[in-house]
Amino acid sequence: MSTPLLYALAGVGLCLLGLYGLIVYAHLLRKILALNIMGSGVFLILVALARRSGDSPDPVPHAMVITGIVVAVSATALALVLLVRFSAATGRNQLDDDEHSP
Amino acid sequence: MNAWLPLLVLASSLVPGLIIFALKEEHTRARIALNLGGAVIKLVLVGVMVWGVFQGQTYEARLPLLPGLELALQADALALLFVVLSSVLWLVTTIYAIGYLEDSPYRSRFFGFFSLCVTSTVGVALSGNLITFLLFYELLTLSTYPLIVHRATEVARRAAKTYLVYTLAGGALLLVGVVWLYTLAGTLSFTPRGFLSGLETQHSTALSVIFVLLIAGFGVKAAILPLHGWLPKAMVAPAPVSALLHAVAVVKAGAFGIVRVVHDVYGVEFADSLNLLMPLAILAAATILYGSVRALYQDDLKRRLAYSTVSQVSYIALGTAIAGPVAAIGGIVHLVHQGLMKITLFFCAGNLAETLGIHKISEMDGVGRRMPWTMAAFTLGAFGMIGVPPLAGFISKWYLGLGALEAGQGWVIWVLVGSSLLNAAYFLPILYAAWFKAPATHWPHERSFGRQETAWMLLLPPVLTALLSLAVGLLANTTFSPLQWAVFIASLEFMP
Amino acid sequence: MIEASGTPLPWIVWVILLPLIGAMLCFLWPRQGKTLGLLTALATLLAVIALYFQLLDGGVIRYAVGGWGAPLGIALYADGLSMLMLLMSALVGVGVSLYALGYFKHSPDNPAGFWPLWLLMWTGLNGLFVAGDIFNLYVTLELLGLSAVALVALAASRDALGGAMRYLFVSLLGSLCYLIGVALLYHAYGTVDIALLGTLVERNPATHVALGLMVVAMLLKSALFPLHFWLPPAHASAPAPVSALLSALVVKASFYLLLRLWFDVFSTVSMDLGMVLGVLGAAAIVWGSVLALRQTRLKLLVAYSTVAQLGYLFLPFALLSPLAWQGGVYFVLSHALAKAAMFMAAGNILAFGGHDRIADLDRVAQRLPITMTAFCLAGVSLMGLPPSGGFIAKWLLLDAALSHDQWGWAVMMMIGGLLAAAYVFKVVGFAFTQADAPHDAQPVSPFMEWSALALAVCAILLGLNAHYPLELLAIGGPVTFVSPSP
Repeated sequence: MSTPLLYALAGVGLCLLGLYGLIVYAHLLRKILALNIMGSGVFLILVALARRSGDSPDPVPHAMVITGIVVAVSATALALVLLVRFSAATGRNQLDDDEHSP
Repeated sequence: MNAWLPLLVLASSLVPGLIIFALKEEHTRARIALNLGGAVIKLVLVGVMVWGVFQGQTYEARLPLLPGLELALQADALALLFVVLSSVLWLVTTIYAIGYLEDSPYRSRFFGFFSLCVTSTVGVALSGNLITFLLFYELLTLSTYPLIVHRATEVARRAAKTYLVYTLAGGALLLVGVVWLYTLAGTLSFTPRGFLSGLETQHSTALSVIFVLLIAGFGVKAAILPLHGWLPKAMVAPAPVSALLHAVAVVKAGAFGIVRVVHDVYGVEFADSLNLLMPLAILAAATILYGSVRALYQDDLKRRLAYSTVSQVSYIALGTAIAGPVAAIGGIVHLVHQGLMKITLFFCAGNLAETLGIHKISEMDGVGRRMPWTMAAFTLGAFGMIGVPPLAGFISKWYLGLGALEAGQGWVIWVLVGSSLLNAAYFLPILYAAWFKAPATHWPHERSFGRQETAWMLLLPPVLTALLSLAVGLLANTTFSPLQWAVFIASLEFMP
Repeated sequence: MIEASGTPLPWIVWVILLPLIGAMLCFLWPRQGKTLGLLTALATLLAVIALYFQLLDGGVIRYAVGGWGAPLGIALYADGLSMLMLLMSALVGVGVSLYALGYFKHSPDNPAGFWPLWLLMWTGLNGLFVAGDIFNLYVTLELLGLSAVALVALAASRDALGGAMRYLFVSLLGSLCYLIGVALLYHAYGTVDIALLGTLVERNPATHVALGLMVVAMLLKSALFPLHFWLPPAHASAPAPVSALLSALVVKASFYLLLRLWFDVFSTVSMDLGMVLGVLGAAAIVWGSVLALRQTRLKLLVAYSTVAQLGYLFLPFALLSPLAWQGGVYFVLSHALAKAAMFMAAGNILAFGGHDRIADLDRVAQRLPITMTAFCLAGVSLMGLPPSGGFIAKWLLLDAALSHDQWGWAVMMMIGGLLAAAYVFKVVGFAFTQADAPHDAQPVSPFMEWSALALAVCAILLGLNAHYPLELLAIGGPVTFVSPSP
């Protein structure tokens, strides 16, 4: 098994792990962490797939990953701020299960 | 100019209506001026148009809508008949409504929607193709809703809801029918003797289904059995609305649609060759009898009149469905005659309710002595409905019967006879009670109007329409009578 | 085609740059937020109109920012479809900006945050509509999503914060799925340029996985049934101008993206999925409408109506005819205008009575006539009654369905229209009657009333002269938009 494939599979694994965490855990902080793990998985896939041919890696996916990391950082920051305000307003750390509640 | 005139006819009620919405409640004079001004201007414009058409002019306005499809207004003979009826009765009803709603709240809203309603009716009349017809037909549904809910009670809200359930469902069927027809025929323009006969062989099943869809869509408003349920409930509306809904706007738009579909979409001959007219005739006949029987059992005056409408409007469908020129004349002319007679009856019912608080037939004993003019108008209307010569209703029934014989459908005679007997059975007791029974010691809720029996604005309209219904019967053979006009329309459809 | 680079900056750049500059200015000088925001909105509108005339003159526009093309640079692209979306956003955007002038005067919600976030969102929208490669689409999508989430959280109520949180998770999950798709496509074909990809894409596992992931991502973001669960809480609890923007524009952005991918990238492999999307769309129409009908709160009703109406957008994927695509795009336009107007009207009613319980509307038809007119006109378009944009859209879709004897879709559309009428008139009926417990009325700013009415009137006007938008749509559109289907 080649190294890039190993990385790519690890990336897929991280994605699935993150997705599992996002769905299963109710605590909002865990959900945010799960999304970050998923994000890392996606970046890993991008970098792994960058080695398309020969020895010189393609720089484009790396540029994409850097952009993606910037986005992920700002998204996480926004999520954390929301979390703080949400728990301040409700005293809870998880969303209500009943989404139709008025 | 010829393109502008139909638009101006529409604008003469649309523009005043929109301005009225913006008026404050207390601007009574401005509102009355706009209402009457608009109605008179419309009548003048329609007069010009009739004169022009008589001189051989054509009036047509077109607006592109989609690739290959346009909105079209045109003034053909059938359109003019309905336009004239609507504009005359609008003027009369406006006078009546001003008197009727003198001190009630929300008049700006009422008269605004009232004008929109008339605009849609005239639009329906002037439509040159099915999509334009559909547009105004749906606008009519929407603009009458606030009029039915006007009293803002829980009953009114529910009645208006029932009205919508029926009419919007009908509108949906109509839309499917129209689009389907468009995919088959590629055009929707009304043409004398129809535009479908080229398609017959491969699409005859589809065309039959489309016919059912269209007739169902129009039948809801024309209150054909079993789609009539909304009409008696809609009686919660104020009297001018009932008069307008039942004599002019809504039910007539439905009946007019049926005439249009049979004459100018399918063509009588083609529709008959698809065996579509016989079922329609039977349905119309059943509605005539059913409506009359139900009317017998109503004690509420307006509800009795409503069921009478259910019955009478189907004369138009019946006349159209008997595939023959004479019956067609009877059906088309009944469009006008029924309008005049029924609006008279509703005006009178409104007068009784407004002046004496009478809503039920059992409260009408001796009311003829208290309100002789109103009851005289009512009597003329009722005799017309029964078909006493030489009143308007007689002319319609005469032509219907003659046409049925000519087309070899003798059974229709029995329907007409039965219906006339039932008409007599539910109108004559009212007349007897009103003229010959001793009056009650006090009326349910009497208002005094000095020496007159009621306000002049309430009295003038029914007297006027009653006289008109007498005149169209007496003068049926003069050049400009509705009958002659109907003969002309039928000749376009049946003459080669 | 216009190839341009260097100075002066062309209009296609200005439509992104102007709202971005405005957002920064509003952030730096929050006290002048209103003035700056409104000026930016008008300037952006003008830039969009200028771009429109450029498109009319010269056809499809391509531009490489700074002379750098994809994949490292930013490639911009505008055709008729992009133009319609830009015009729609500009119209709704200006309307909502005017509305916001009045709204934040009396509202407890945070006004300082609105202007920079909204302009940032507009940047994202316009960027998305003119993006020429799939990675830029990702960036604009994230910009859009994050600013939208922040806008929902402006309301600061616990419902709004919860709704924003849920929205954020969904949005990020969707973006990540999309990004994996980008990675796969780039790996397989070595480019992110949409036009280039379209010529290269072939049937293989990588393409199918990418297609699947990207479609799911867009369905999640456009809240297609059964992935709609996040939409009603977020849209209903946000401040009224934000609800209007979200329902009118943000969900349409992801639909637009899906449309682009479907035609320009995956046109050779995507067709098998179309039926699935159509069925989900039909389910959304019924399910969303039934839930809308069951709501007792006005804003939730309007939000569920969005779920239902979005279903119509997916019917063309199953109908597969140029008429259906025209109808779908027309639906996007008319729904944007009508739903923005309706949320704004709902916001007025909420501000007026302090609540939005439908059964206690208490004669708003008489007391807020302009707002109620706006609501009803918007409702006419949602029901698809003539004359309105919604009617034209429904006509085109019906025509497409019936001319190929696809009866099921026609029946679904009719049921959807009747259900829409049921929930609209449920509100209208109670707007006439008197409530048992009359409430105090707060004054409603004329800006709020008239801007709602203006957008509703636009939705109606869209129903006349429909051939102009359709002709615009034909400029550079995918072949299926204009030529008859086989």
